Amino acid sequence: MEGGVVLLDFWPSMFGMRVRIALAEKEIKYEYIEQDLRNKSDLLLQMNPVHKKIPVLVHNGKPICESLVQVQYIDEVWKNQAPLLPADPYKRATARFWADFVDKKMYDSGSRVWKTKGEEQEAAKKEFIGNLKLLEGELGDNLYFGGDGFGYVDVALVPFYCWFYAYEQCGNFSIEAECPKLIAWAKRCMQKESVAKSLADPEKVYGFLLQLKKAYGIE
Amino acid sequence: MSKAGLVLLDCWVSPFCMRVKIALNEKGLQYEARPEDLFGGKSDLLLNSNPIYKKVPVFLHDGKPLCESSIIVAYIDETWSSPPLLPSCSYARAQARFWADYIDKKVVFDACGNIWRSKGEVPVEAKTEFIEILKQLEGALGDKEYFNGDTFGFVDIVAIPLTCWFFALEKIGGFSVAAECPKFSSWMKRCLQRESVAKVMPDPEKVYEFVLMFRKMQGID
Repeated sequence: MEGGVVLLDFWPSMFGMRVRIALAEKEIKYEYIEQDLRNKSDLLLQMNPVHKKIPVLVHNGKPICESLVQVQYIDEVWKNQAPLLPADPYKRATARFWADFVDKKMYDSGSRVWKTKGEEQEAAKKEFIGNLKLLEGELGDNLYFGGDGFGYVDVALVPFYCWFYAYEQCGNFSIEAECPKLIAWAKRCMQKESVAKSLADPEKVYGFLLQLKKAYGIE
Repeated sequence: MSKAGLVLLDCWVSPFCMRVKIALNEKGLQYEARPEDLFGGKSDLLLNSNPIYKKVPVFLHDGKPLCESSIIVAYIDETWSSPPLLPSCSYARAQARFWADYIDKKVVFDACGNIWRSKGEVPVEAKTEFIEILKQLEGALGDKEYFNGDTFGFVDIVAIPLTCWFFALEKIGGFSVAAECPKFSSWMKRCLQRESVAKVMPDPEKVYEFVLMFRKMQGID
């Protein structure tokens, strides 16, 4: 495999979606190769021997792993279009902090919502909403986390939006009722072609989650 | 720049704080390190500067707070460009960020915790996992002097502070890093010869005393 850009990915992965959005923002043509995570390909294992996970971005035959590392790489290499990280070092550090917060908190707290029941699930929902409210606080009255322009933190967080419907169904709650500002932000992002094209259909995600629950033996 | 412009909310035994201090030393910057009493009561400045996590390190640049050690080190590198800590080539930078992320991921922190927080005998799996992680890092190091190549840089700064806890892990776990991972051990010694690192890393015996005290406090010993 020489030249060009390849993305090893899995359609419902929020992490893969981040990279799809970044590539679309920069209008980069790439080859998308869907991976079967129950039966990992030699290519995946060769390109990400350390974690054996998707997404893997391959540029000129060389792999880059970890979605936020990939987004930063894309932003640096294709720097003349649609900058994602701000130029100012303090604003960059702030953007990295919040993207890191999304990484530390969103996946785990979201997973706990659909994996648990009863009191445990109530606690998980509370934690999940709590994290979203902190993000709402950071967004403030801005159009995007990047300020006036769509940026790094927006890319890091918006893929989770297509999982909200699945979380709501499993947890029997409404995220919009609790975090209306955040949902307004997500809808605003969805008006961008790069986001709309990259996020999975929420109904399909819910269907996938139901299959996953069966596989885990969760009702 | 006056010392007052750069303040670090610090704790002597925290590897995360050490990362920031090493980076500042590498850049030849003067700073004020303010020790936080993490057991007695965190300062208002800490709680206000890091309301999300309430943890050290917090780096204040002219009063503006920055949190999360790897992010602080990247900020220091971008604000004061000499000597550079990250490589200039984008692909090499991505590799550096990947390995810093690997070291930061729970797997490394937890792997250490699984050893020093063990009640009674440390499970074999915990020791095996820890050694495998070091071997993975040895692979990344290869035959290079430092993770970057010839020059001390970002990944070295992220990794070296954790090593002052290794003596404690070895005593508690009954194993030897030097015996299992000689290349890693050589890299450690090489880094410790740098003044920026040596000035900042505590005596491993003192760290061990701290870990024993902490274990007693937590009812593990």
